[in-house]
Amino acid sequence: MTSAITRGPIQVDGEVFSNKRAGAYQHLTLVADGIAERTRPGNFVALAVGGATSANLLRRSFSIYRVRPAGVYGGTVEIVFAAHGAGTQWLADRQPHDAINVVGPLGRPFALPKEPVACALVGGGYGSAPLFALAEKLRERSCAVHMVLGASTESRLFGALEARRAAQSVTVTTLDGSVGIKGLVTDPLPALMARHSIEVVYSCGPMGMLAAATRVATDQGAWSQTAVEEAMACGIGVCMTCVLPVVGDDGVTRMLRSCVEGPVFAGDKVRWDAVGTIPAGTFGAPEVSRQ
Amino acid sequence: MAAGLRPQDVDLTTVLADSRLANPVMTASGCAAAGQELQQFFDVSDLGAVVTKSIMRDVRSGRATPRMAETPSGMLNSIGLQGPGVNAFLARDLPWLLQHDARPIVSIAGSSLGEYAELARRVGNTPGVAAIEVNISCPNVEDRGLVFACHPVQAGRVLSVVRRDTPRGLPVFAKLSPDVTSIVDIARSVVEAGADGLVLINTLLGLNIDFTTMRPKLGGVTGGLSGPAVRPVAVRAVWQVANALPGIPLIGVGGIRTGADALEFLVAGASAVQVGTAIFNDPNAPVRVLSELRTELAAHGFARARDAVGYANRPALEGVMAQ
Repeated sequence: MTSAITRGPIQVDGEVFSNKRAGAYQHLTLVADGIAERTRPGNFVALAVGGATSANLLRRSFSIYRVRPAGVYGGTVEIVFAAHGAGTQWLADRQPHDAINVVGPLGRPFALPKEPVACALVGGGYGSAPLFALAEKLRERSCAVHMVLGASTESRLFGALEARRAAQSVTVTTLDGSVGIKGLVTDPLPALMARHSIEVVYSCGPMGMLAAATRVATDQGAWSQTAVEEAMACGIGVCMTCVLPVVGDDGVTRMLRSCVEGPVFAGDKVRWDAVGTIPAGTFGAPEVSRQ
Repeated sequence: MAAGLRPQDVDLTTVLADSRLANPVMTASGCAAAGQELQQFFDVSDLGAVVTKSIMRDVRSGRATPRMAETPSGMLNSIGLQGPGVNAFLARDLPWLLQHDARPIVSIAGSSLGEYAELARRVGNTPGVAAIEVNISCPNVEDRGLVFACHPVQAGRVLSVVRRDTPRGLPVFAKLSPDVTSIVDIARSVVEAGADGLVLINTLLGLNIDFTTMRPKLGGVTGGLSGPAVRPVAVRAVWQVANALPGIPLIGVGGIRTGADALEFLVAGASAVQVGTAIFNDPNAPVRVLSELRTELAAHGFARARDAVGYANRPALEGVMAQ
């Protein structure tokens, strides 16, 4: 039972506990009371960057890698990210005890199977981060967990070692062949699914990867759960920027907010080919103009 | 001005076209949806009013993504008025606001005079609405896509049909675009047409380039610029209109992030303010701005928020004699 106190997002001033390199990525641990108790795998946090007078107003959203409830240091929340712009670079430069404002946990978590079925967890780059907490939850339900981690090159893999503890089998792919199988993360997926009778495919990473993972899952009659990455301004559902076309149970396509109606969607409901457009027939789409 | 004021002793009530608000801080349209998401962070009834995202007659999918780009101290957006349409809004969103004791100011947007009139009737006749804010910054389909807000005559026509079809006693505010040669001319036109007050300003039209594609970054090509970057433009608009049309209630909006920013608008002539883009940075921004405004008013010796309104417009001599 979830009590009223531990539901929904909160806003807290977090404090950097540690901020370390992890291959090509940055692994940030924040002391942020109250987040851990509310978090479920697939949730994300939105961090303010640059301080109170920052010229970078928009929060940066990150999947939650791991949480620890309050102990000696207070509750912590961990994220993994790549420093590729002004905001993420600011985050990468934070030192222990620096303050970072946190809003979270946000978004819908991964749906968990009711039966102890075999699951494949597919992560691209640092997209693997939220899959470890998911693996733990699945194991608690006696689900077999098989992880497939892929990246462009070895330094961009995240958690390959940890995956050995988290999963029954681990498959690694890199585009350049620097480690594991050379190719895309979804290349070994069909054989893996057949071998282990996978019934659910969870994936997190770039849009193209999620589309491919969904295609493989659907071809083999498995469920797919995808955690999407859409550009967000607010993360809390008020700005309407992070929408993508998703088909409802009624067969109608709607532009849904990935921050509150996602970031986890059933993969077969997302119109991957139409992301970035308003496909014809979408609920509320403008009528084709009469020439 | 009184010295030694405590923040808790400041009277925050404000008056806008015969309606009295407990305090002058509102959300800005399009930055707070219809209040429900923000209720997770603070009590929406603590605000002077909640201004809803603009409601149109029909359900609307909005524009393609990307819809947003961060810019220095601001952002561009091209959402395209995605929304549920007036039926769903009145059935679901407005009742929620009323159940939570919010004072809803409903923003309406139309692409024709008829649509504005219909929205005014539907919304205006629904009990509990505190006021109507008329977003006239959408393209006018009857006039080859020109924006109502940019033409004094067109803007006046919209306000005249909305005022005609809104029940007497329910205030109608017009939200104006700063992308005009003379905002005073537009302000005068909509006030003559029946607007009870003005909301200054809507976003400024902007564009930026994505260097990976070497094309405009936004799916909608151009977008509305908001955030602290536009604040001096908004304060200027409030100042000009306050001087040209004394006595017309003004609501200031554009880049308010702190209580000091809000005070700047009051002193320039606004009776109330709206907090918008800052919500994306800080979901508690509206109530934080309210609390900081209280402190700022006390620190500057204003015992009542109303005393600060237009203080920067006082005659020069008065300042000298008060010394």
